[in-house]
Amino acid sequence: MFTPHTPKEIEEMLKVIGVASVEDLFSQGPANHRFPELELPEPMTEMEIASDLKEISSANASTEDFISFLGAGAYNHYIPAAVDMLLRRGEFYTAYTPYQPEVSQGTLQAIFEYQSLMTELTGMDVSNASHYDGATAAAEAANLAYHFFRGKRKKILLSRAVNPQYRATIRTYMQGFEDVEIVGDDVEDGFTGDIQEFSSKVDNNTALVVVQYPDFFGRIIDYTKLVEIAHSQGALVAFVFNPTALGLLKPPGAFDADIAVGDGQPLGIPLSYGGPYLGIFTTKEKYVRKLAGRLVGETVDIEGKRAYVLTLTAREQHIRREKSTSNICTNQGLMALAATVYLSLLGKTGFKQVANLCYQKAHYAAEQISKLDGFDLAFGDSPFFHEFVIKTPQPVSKINLHLENHWILCGYDLNQDYPELENHMLVAVTEKISKEDIDDFIMALEEVAHD
Amino acid sequence: MKTPKELKYAKTDEWIKVEGDEGIIGISDYAQDQLSDVVYVEFMIEEDDTVSKGDTLATIESVKAAADVNFPASGTIIAINDVLNDEPELLNSDPYEAGWMVRIKLDDHSELNDLMDAETYEAYNEEREG
Repeated sequence: MFTPHTPKEIEEMLKVIGVASVEDLFSQGPANHRFPELELPEPMTEMEIASDLKEISSANASTEDFISFLGAGAYNHYIPAAVDMLLRRGEFYTAYTPYQPEVSQGTLQAIFEYQSLMTELTGMDVSNASHYDGATAAAEAANLAYHFFRGKRKKILLSRAVNPQYRATIRTYMQGFEDVEIVGDDVEDGFTGDIQEFSSKVDNNTALVVVQYPDFFGRIIDYTKLVEIAHSQGALVAFVFNPTALGLLKPPGAFDADIAVGDGQPLGIPLSYGGPYLGIFTTKEKYVRKLAGRLVGETVDIEGKRAYVLTLTAREQHIRREKSTSNICTNQGLMALAATVYLSLLGKTGFKQVANLCYQKAHYAAEQISKLDGFDLAFGDSPFFHEFVIKTPQPVSKINLHLENHWILCGYDLNQDYPELENHMLVAVTEKISKEDIDDFIMALEEVAHD
Repeated sequence: MKTPKELKYAKTDEWIKVEGDEGIIGISDYAQDQLSDVVYVEFMIEEDDTVSKGDTLATIESVKAAADVNFPASGTIIAINDVLNDEPELLNSDPYEAGWMVRIKLDDHSELNDLMDAETYEAYNEEREG
């Protein structure tokens, strides 16, 4: 048992503060809640506990056992063994990121390389050292835009085709900002398929426009015109991107996006019940003083040797206090390292190949499903990457129950976020899915249709 | 440390030079010395804005700190020294001339009575230096 203090030390401390016993320290709490009976089981041996825990964990269903077509923001990609092996090295494996240049050149260099990879991937000028996840990175985009306009522009325009969780997080972050209005994502606003109509909502009070690329439904929409119109009104535009898709698609930087954020989970990070993930945040050099979070720069030390240090720290909360863009002073160090190792291992060609496999397999699956009676592609001819929406002949929850019997996890029930999308499921296909998996999936769906 | 006699000084180290109804505002030699090398100036106001005494005029970032510059008097912005966006180091090299920050039309001359003259400001700085 771990005992932080000996009885003698406890006695000494109590004496110093003038309290008779440890129990007296809790006298402020209601008596009946002070020392509740915990009803814990009898002590067990390590062997017994290990066996108990194994039994509990065997009740979990994992993507090791199931073929998974679930996506909606988190994707089941293959992770090369070297990623984990390097992550777990003692030099890197710490819960907190050490930033002191005199002791942390390795960590700082890894972050610098992560930042370089992210700017390469997105075509943007600058990347910070990362945020917690894609949703918080998206919220920091709203933060940046708000502060860039010094609170004078009050409107944030969100597309309804941005991940619902990201939109919720943006709203949470923006609570308490005076008069900020978050609009554009109501049912009647539709899904931003019609860029002309969505663009017409941008005005000279708009600080930021947020779109997703590919969007939450997997669609690839050409935002060229939207960016042009937003810029003509002086507003900033943020892209929420999927990093894997950028292996094939024109990057946000080429659209002249002002901010590009995304979740780095697809880059070598396991699904892990929703976290820890990785928030990618990139922007133009013009906005670097309003960038939240850590930023590592390359320099030379006193002997002229290459060295890495945190840079532009005056924009950060520990110096600027309440004047900083954000109170975020840390990053997701270990996950950023995972993405760095993953991308370095795959290289440009390998990464493109992963993206291409996802694309091709998803298109094969979509084509086969659309041939089934009662199943239709909901967004018809709209180009998509590795995720698409199908309209189902029965409630998605019912179909999912049936598929579970076939050891298939599918698909994300859109009705839980979109009341207007009853009987619509979101299907994701990654490189881990084989043609045989897809054919099994089609057969299982066919059975549903004939039920 | 230079402390020109014709200027008025605020406790937060801004100076103001009165020319008729107008005032020119900057930061003192003492302030730039405390900040050390200035690397960035961010103006918080635009031309024609009306401002109150104590409002934030700009944030100055140096290699070791970030500090706010406040308005020593209320008024309306006539001009902003945009040159500082590209050459923030002028605040270090020439805080009273080339490093001026804004020109305002003054609302109320009596507000200036709360400010210090050069002699009082020098004494105030010496006191702070301990």
